[in-house]
Amino acid sequence: MSLLTFDRRTFLKASAASVLATGSMARMAQAAEAIIGIVYVGPRDDFGWNQAHAVAAKALKSLPGVKVVEEENVPETDACSKAMESMINLDGANIILGTSFGYFDPFMIDLAKKYAKVEFRHAAPLWNKDKHPMNLGSYFGYLNQAHYVDGVAAGLSTKSNKLGFVAAKPIASVLSNINSFMLGAKSTNPNAAVQVIFTGDWSLPVREAEATNALVDAGNDVITCHVDGPKVVIETAEKRGVKTCGHNASQAPLAPKGFITGAEYKWITIYKGYAADLSGGKKLPNMVSGGYEADMVQNTPFGAGADDAARKAATAAIAGLKAKKPIYVGPLKDNKGNVVISKTYDNLDPFLDQMNYLLDGVQGSIT
Amino acid sequence: MNNSAYFIVLVALIGGALRVSTPFMFVALGECLTEKSGRVNLGLEGTLVLGAMSGYAISYHSGSPWLGVLAAGCAGSVLGAMHGYICKLPRVNDIAVGIAMMLFGTGVAFFFGKPYIQPSAPRLGSFSLGAWTGNQEIATALQINPLLIVGIIVGVVMAWAFANTKWGLIVRMTGDSAASARAMGVSVDLVRFLCTTAGGFLAGIGGAFLSLYYPGSWNQGLSSGQGLMAVALVIFARWSPIRCVIAALLFGAAGAIGPALQSVGITQGYYFFNAAPYILTLFIMIASAGSKRAARDVPGELSITK
Amino acid sequence: MADIAQPLPTAAIASNQWNDLSIRIRRGAEYVVIPLLALAISGFLFSLLLLALGKSPIEFFELVERGGFGTAFSLQNTLQRSSPLILTALCVALPARIGLVIIGGEGALVLGGFASAVVAIPLVLGKVSPLLTLCIMGVAGMLIGAIWIGIVGYLRYARGVNETISSLLMTYIGIAIMNFFVEGSLRDLTNPNKPSTMPIGDKYMVGNIPGTEVHWGLIAGIVLSIGLYILLSRTTFGFAVRVAGGNPRAALAQGLPVGKLIVICCAIAGACAGLAGFFEVAAIQGRANASLAAGYGYTGILVAFLARHNPLAIIPVAILFGGIVASGGLIERRMGLPDATVLVLQGLTFVVLLMSETLYGRFKIFQVRGTADRT
Repeated sequence: MSLLTFDRRTFLKASAASVLATGSMARMAQAAEAIIGIVYVGPRDDFGWNQAHAVAAKALKSLPGVKVVEEENVPETDACSKAMESMINLDGANIILGTSFGYFDPFMIDLAKKYAKVEFRHAAPLWNKDKHPMNLGSYFGYLNQAHYVDGVAAGLSTKSNKLGFVAAKPIASVLSNINSFMLGAKSTNPNAAVQVIFTGDWSLPVREAEATNALVDAGNDVITCHVDGPKVVIETAEKRGVKTCGHNASQAPLAPKGFITGAEYKWITIYKGYAADLSGGKKLPNMVSGGYEADMVQNTPFGAGADDAARKAATAAIAGLKAKKPIYVGPLKDNKGNVVISKTYDNLDPFLDQMNYLLDGVQGSIT
Repeated sequence: MNNSAYFIVLVALIGGALRVSTPFMFVALGECLTEKSGRVNLGLEGTLVLGAMSGYAISYHSGSPWLGVLAAGCAGSVLGAMHGYICKLPRVNDIAVGIAMMLFGTGVAFFFGKPYIQPSAPRLGSFSLGAWTGNQEIATALQINPLLIVGIIVGVVMAWAFANTKWGLIVRMTGDSAASARAMGVSVDLVRFLCTTAGGFLAGIGGAFLSLYYPGSWNQGLSSGQGLMAVALVIFARWSPIRCVIAALLFGAAGAIGPALQSVGITQGYYFFNAAPYILTLFIMIASAGSKRAARDVPGELSITK
Repeated sequence: MADIAQPLPTAAIASNQWNDLSIRIRRGAEYVVIPLLALAISGFLFSLLLLALGKSPIEFFELVERGGFGTAFSLQNTLQRSSPLILTALCVALPARIGLVIIGGEGALVLGGFASAVVAIPLVLGKVSPLLTLCIMGVAGMLIGAIWIGIVGYLRYARGVNETISSLLMTYIGIAIMNFFVEGSLRDLTNPNKPSTMPIGDKYMVGNIPGTEVHWGLIAGIVLSIGLYILLSRTTFGFAVRVAGGNPRAALAQGLPVGKLIVICCAIAGACAGLAGFFEVAAIQGRANASLAAGYGYTGILVAFLARHNPLAIIPVAILFGGIVASGGLIERRMGLPDATVLVLQGLTFVVLLMSETLYGRFKIFQVRGTADRT
């Protein structure tokens, strides 16, 4: 009966510069105790999306003068605005962090208008200077860069040249992860191809296991995924004896034989930045985002599935991304034959966040 | 689809039938027993989840997955007994109690199961019927977990017992006409209580399969209504244990359609393929309902069909 | 029984009327005292659980009071959470009166909301007036909901298909239909990361009841509850429904059109759930997406059963549930309990309340000699 389903994803739409756009650097009245309210859409220990945030939140708790209240399993309905209001009214929170995509519109926007003295930050690049209040803002990391690195290593780890991807829903950030993974693989192995299966929702353990088995049956010998809790996919793939790349949090302990590397968020960079601003009495920036060049994403340390060549190539790829080497080098076609990326885009370019296609090299379809 | 694609999908369907069907089978057999005695237990969804959690937890603590399976069965029988006891009280609606137990069981499972989401517990093994073919795909698809064999045996034994033993007759009589049963000196309440408890035991084992074998992980999204689907299975299996087993296999295969088709390149409309089991069940229910055979097979005392 | 052949003197008549009233109060009290007793027992049992975990029951109930009802914010939070529950509970309660157990309110809610959002698209683009748009959206939601549950009722009557299971299956199918369209042809392309239909915009949203932070859905729910109560208890239709619910064969023998009654009841029930979906879209989300399937339909089942399928009783029970859910977040944060705590409390309360059904008719204090014992 607890047939509750949730969904969200990170995304970019700001017209302002994508890194550190701030208004005035007005000092906050007093560097009062910071009471941070964090709202999670799922359980904190899901080995995935929510855990990545919770781990960073834990680091926040150890800072002096900072108190953190958390609430988990809050769906993207008015339940989230009530949860946030409850934190403001009953716990006295003065900063609210909303970690799920669907919390922003209309819930956090309306709350930001209502509670002008509270700062709201949301984990998806939706804040727009012209449309939204100034006590609202966005933060996130471009995980697709880490998936690119995964692909680089996976391309050199596959014998069948077939890589499998278990994806939840065909939204832009998932599609970008899939496409980046494919581009990374192709950069080290031009014969590599990616096959994607969509399960339809963020957390469906039985279907994820079925999809993994189907991918392995179809000949894919490296499996990765974008679902909320990759535990099932990684464990099932490990049981089948194929290699794996992780997602969101570190699943290395689950696949002692086949783990290559994984794409992880590094929310701690952002959260520590917020905490430092708070204790210094500075206003929080409205838009904080980036990838490797801003240390906001990372790759899980290599596992037993990564040989020397893969490790070398992946490390080089990371260095390239830190130097802002672009992933999407145009012209690129989608898997139906149309040119969808006509030129080369910088990795943080807003155009890429409208992605609604699978590039040529990925087998699968969106609906 | 070319030939090899047909082959892949067929193999996936067979594999799905063998893998995914086991929880359905156990819950359906448990519910079959309960309903034959004249009571409906809709709470098996909660029992399934609680069984999954307790199986995983005990396996983790004891290191033995089979001990976990046993523990799961016991947890399931506790919930079954609760259901049985509450429904015995006069004027209590057993469908409502089932829904309440579903909520309660799920809540207790999530509540106590939190510490077990992260750690890895020892899992159940399996053996492959297809190892001799040398074909990796077939070998994997034909991987059978012993519980599947147990489930089929339970189904066969149950069918034989209903038809040929005194206990089977007593259960059936309690389900068909409580008045006749009482006239024979049978305690209707006791029979139903025992059947509901045994049904819970089976459902708990079904849950242990989910967490200890396939998908082999404990977290809060583990069950997606499988317990409730199993109750539906019993109805369109027309209360025969053998047909329950077959229906469970069919259901497992239907659940594998979505991902299997995507893996061979039929990627459009996957939402509907994923909903295939439910659509299938609905159509089969419509087709078989209203037929004379169904009316004959219903246990007379069952409240959902009165 | 005394011989009542001759008319009674006026004083006796007056005292008889007083007797009648006190009889009614005593018998009516049963329906209030026993549930309260059950709530007290479940609270007690839950406290034992808390103590076993090393948590303070006193703190727990204080937080429930504070988070659910104690401050103006909490009270409005509770009321807001109860609004969809009233409507989805009606979706279960009405068919239950005619003898059907339907648990498909979630599917009707999702499809009703989806339908509202879809008909809104041409209306919003065509700049039709908000009031008219909302009316049409509401009607669309109710219509689709009515059809969805009406099918369940028809299948039950015409083919004997068990309505509990079929309504549940229809829920899964309905959610799949919504997902298919929302992620496919009806997807709003300016919102690539959360598949939704086109947002209807602030101008078109249903607002709050003036002076409060609760949207009009609450009033709609209350009005429908009262309306359905009157329908069931004071109209011929309602009487026919209750007769058919008590004994379908007798009803058929009497010539009541049981099949039509079943389908109509299911249609009305589905319309209620569809209306809940409309409010979720028009008052909360502003568009249709996967968040519509938030479990209100399932919680509504509990509310209906606890209210013993009486539309008026649904209102306080829904508010109780709303309060438990509203305080859940506070409890989680302050006491460090997992959010499953609320589920356990709900389940326990539900179980105890159902067990208390058996207490009706057992206590002498509520029985009055010489009056028939209603079941």
